[in-house]
Amino acid sequence: MFDLTEDQVSIVEMVADFATENIAPHAAAWDRDHHFPVDVLAQAGELGMGGIYVREESGGSGMSRLDAALIFEELSKADPTIAAYISIHNMVAWMIDKFGNDEQHAAWLPGLCSMESLGSYCLTEPGAGSDAAALSTRAVLDGEHYVLNGTKQFISGAGSSGVYLVMARTADTGSAGITAFIVPDGTEGLSFGALEAKMGWNAQPTRQVVMEDVRIPVGNRLGEEGTGFGIAMKGLNGGRVNIGACSIGGGQAALDKSIAYLKEREAFGKPLISQQALLFAIADMEIELETARTMIWRAADALERGTKDTVRLCAMAKRVATDAGFNAANTALQLHGGYGYLSEYGIEKIVRDLRVHQILEGSNEIMRLIVGRLAVER
Amino acid sequence: MKIVVLIKQVPDTAEERILDPATGRLDREASDAVIDEITERALELALSVKDGDKSTEVVVATMGPKEALKSIRKALSMGADSGIHVLDDGLAGADLVVTASVLAAALRDTGADLFIAGNESTDGRAGMLPAMIAEHLGLPLLGSLVAADISAQSVSGQRATEAGTQDVSAAYPAIVTVTERFAEARFPNFKGILGAKRKPVSTLSAAELGDTGQISSSVLEVSQRPPRTAGAKITDDGNAAAQLVDFLASRRLI
Repeated sequence: MFDLTEDQVSIVEMVADFATENIAPHAAAWDRDHHFPVDVLAQAGELGMGGIYVREESGGSGMSRLDAALIFEELSKADPTIAAYISIHNMVAWMIDKFGNDEQHAAWLPGLCSMESLGSYCLTEPGAGSDAAALSTRAVLDGEHYVLNGTKQFISGAGSSGVYLVMARTADTGSAGITAFIVPDGTEGLSFGALEAKMGWNAQPTRQVVMEDVRIPVGNRLGEEGTGFGIAMKGLNGGRVNIGACSIGGGQAALDKSIAYLKEREAFGKPLISQQALLFAIADMEIELETARTMIWRAADALERGTKDTVRLCAMAKRVATDAGFNAANTALQLHGGYGYLSEYGIEKIVRDLRVHQILEGSNEIMRLIVGRLAVER
Repeated sequence: MKIVVLIKQVPDTAEERILDPATGRLDREASDAVIDEITERALELALSVKDGDKSTEVVVATMGPKEALKSIRKALSMGADSGIHVLDDGLAGADLVVTASVLAAALRDTGADLFIAGNESTDGRAGMLPAMIAEHLGLPLLGSLVAADISAQSVSGQRATEAGTQDVSAAYPAIVTVTERFAEARFPNFKGILGAKRKPVSTLSAAELGDTGQISSSVLEVSQRPPRTAGAKITDDGNAAAQLVDFLASRRLI
């Protein structure tokens, strides 16, 4: 169960080669220049990273959730921001594959799987974050069209994406009144807010998505009316595992850099690694990351097999992995001393990038709410 | 069109490569084994022909120990259609003469229009093998090309020499060798990786090829390269640049 197959070893090797050659050397510049490398994303798409667990008949790679977790960890070692964006994109592609009809598969998936067209997941609103069921974007049926009005907040890829997967209210019945829609870029009435200035994740754009009388055909409704909240949450189960894997990758990169640095840096007449307190810090990072990795793999397996405890395990894995990744990066910064605080060493970027993983895809407080409620209801 | 690419598994040049002093042979445990970079470029050239014409069949061939199958699988994951693996414990330590004769026997009946190899490998660096195979098979050799144009009827290319550029061409069947001026190899995609296992690899022994592989040369001695010694230090007292120029000029470097 815990040994990777030959295929998985080859997959990890390829993704590592790709990330080392095409992502890692540019990550610092992309972060500094706030550059979203859509050309590199298209290269990733050519290799099959646009629809990792989208079925092959839909144009995807047809791989498992565990394969996906391995891929995201590897990408994130090079750049958590790019890895995390690809994770969000995959969530959108999978939702269309899983809940869409044949026409929707044919219309949207070829472009998404090749990453020639990018996807954005639009659930959060300025006034509805953790309490997503309280969203107020409205979709009103008007003949053969729906008319959408509302604003989505913190949308990754906004302004660059080709496909916006929007959760909107079709009835005032709480979460049961939410429906999912595919809104293509270029639709009249669709506009975007200013680029948000943020702590990290600078290599992907975050903007508001604003809809003013956006008319889309009924054929762009994903699933039936009222099923949108469930679709959004099912997408997030996978999103949580993937973002957790991204945190482990970032944390692992920070750990690897720390080990190299402590071996090389001398103080008080010997390499820092011979200080037991620092060796213990390395051990704790290693232990926490491996623990989180084990949890991520278990959640990925549950997701793959559709077991009853999928929601619980995905929530646990997300909480454990995003905390472990951030803590490892933050410890790595401390171990690097003043150099860790300099951009040049690449550690502070990992800290900034991984911090948001504890907030998005359901904040870690919401993860505790899910796990806690399920624990006491049992 | 059918193209056979000769690939070679070599120790990763990014790592330390070690010769076993007892046998004079490569210590294969000491570093990761990868497809030789120049033969990967040879494969890329063949795959680019296949990109333009899907009916092109690309076969990779290698002679090497059991682990060499990993390199064949990698080539298949990148897009080659099938593999030929010459595998025979009796061939361990084979010299160029034996290797060329065995490989030529393996390639003779492939019915290939074109054979593509690297001009030299990053480990042995003899740069002789493709020419020796060309002799065995009686094929024209366009060696050490810097550019190639592979059409349906013939192959042409340029070779850079000290005197200038040669334009060379040959009708099929022919052998060409590429240099590192050719494009870097592509990454295998997920579908390629997952599909590589289903592609056929034929394993051939020296006996099956009618070649018993008598190795007639042996390594007498291997000695460690002496450690680097400190170079000359130039202290700049105003004419360091001139001294540097003299130093380089005395070694014919400028």
